[in-house]
Amino acid sequence: MAKAKEVLLDPLVNNNPIAVQVLGVCSALAVTTKLETAVVMSIALTAVVALSNVSVSLIRERIPPSIRIIVQLTIIASLVIVTDQVLKAFVFEVSKQLSVFVGLIITNCIVMGRAEAFAMQNPPKEAFIDGIGNGLGYSLILIGVGFFRELFGSGKVFGAEILPLTSAGGWYTPNGLMVLSPAAFFLIGIAIWIMRSMRPELVEEN
Amino acid sequence: MAQYSTGYIFSFAAGVCLVCSVVVSGAAVALKDRQEENKLLDKRSKVLTVAGLMREGESLSKDEITKRFEENIEPKVVNLESGQYVSEIDAADYDQRKAANDPKLSKEAPDNQAKVRRIPHNALVYHVMKDGAVSKLILPVEGKGLWSTMYGFIAVEPDTTSISGLTFYEHGETPGLGGEVDNPSWKGLWKGRKIYQVEGEEWVPSIEVIKGQAGPASEDPYRVDGLSGATLTSRGVTHLMDFWFGEHGFKPYLTNFRTGSLDAGAAEGSK
Repeated sequence: MAKAKEVLLDPLVNNNPIAVQVLGVCSALAVTTKLETAVVMSIALTAVVALSNVSVSLIRERIPPSIRIIVQLTIIASLVIVTDQVLKAFVFEVSKQLSVFVGLIITNCIVMGRAEAFAMQNPPKEAFIDGIGNGLGYSLILIGVGFFRELFGSGKVFGAEILPLTSAGGWYTPNGLMVLSPAAFFLIGIAIWIMRSMRPELVEEN
Repeated sequence: MAQYSTGYIFSFAAGVCLVCSVVVSGAAVALKDRQEENKLLDKRSKVLTVAGLMREGESLSKDEITKRFEENIEPKVVNLESGQYVSEIDAADYDQRKAANDPKLSKEAPDNQAKVRRIPHNALVYHVMKDGAVSKLILPVEGKGLWSTMYGFIAVEPDTTSISGLTFYEHGETPGLGGEVDNPSWKGLWKGRKIYQVEGEEWVPSIEVIKGQAGPASEDPYRVDGLSGATLTSRGVTHLMDFWFGEHGFKPYLTNFRTGSLDAGAAEGSK
């Protein structure tokens, strides 16, 4: 059980896929202008990583090494299409805003990276927990970035007004930079900086 | 590690593909009804938004959308060539996009800059009703942008030339650049602008998305600000306006509407 806990919690801080491994940054820039899209994207990615880890792990001893990457990719692609269909059926508005980025989960290095690095060597149960852990690590950053971008960029949290905007008679002038992609870079950079200052062991030697 | 025979590798790959395709098509089939329903509601809320009966970004319940739509909007089927209403087709079931792909229900479009390939014989337009009279006409338009075909609605006043709103409900333009065709403040720029310039007896579609900024609607009614960084998408919008308000589009219908020469019997019959 101790190992399961470690597998689950390790990717949250010590081995965070975005902040430490710097993977999956592309989608983190695109879908974090609003918390709602960030949360849905997080759930979608977590589901895909966990399920792809389980599926790859189940057949890990039978996959011929020469075609293992393409097999992993086929599985991931199928899961992503299914996820996209589910989003279209149940959260249509959000799925329209996420547009191509759900499809681009296929190319998210986290999914493929976990399949190749973890699921190929470990039994399904641990692979599942590893997938959830990495998904949560990704979500942690995404939701944090989404929170600040929506709050300072549009004065809202989950679409509910927190800081009344000047355009609507309030006092807050929204920070236009926050709704542009570079803001996510800055916020992720700051997150990495804070994490590494608090835990110097995360800093690479070279 | 064990050696794998070529045969094993091929059958393994085939097996993976088979399982994956079953999963994918299973999901697509099982969720189709729900997705279709979402699409219908989405389309109706777009019509309501462009009609000014629903605020941009407002979220309403399924029943509220259906109620507002049915109380205020009257869908009509219009024959594009004659510009008359078609009473034989039930507007509630008519799918213009499907018709445009059916050789029996459409014809090949002449060469045009909007890159519309087929024109349906009949189009589905919406009347916005207010106190028993038509207060706005909502016309469907489509045309090529940079990457994708953009589908939208234009709402015009009963004078058939003043724009009261426009929206693009489906497009695949670059997010942040051409994708700004669905930006509310850009769409707001269209309000009050004019489509047709009258040259003698002839009404010529003249609205144009320019590069840079246009003046206010009262002084510069035939031009709209371009989308920065999206010249081709902007041009696509100009072309689609040009096409759909021209001879092959809604011009015959709008002329009939303006001059009151619509076949009244058919109009009554389709109610």
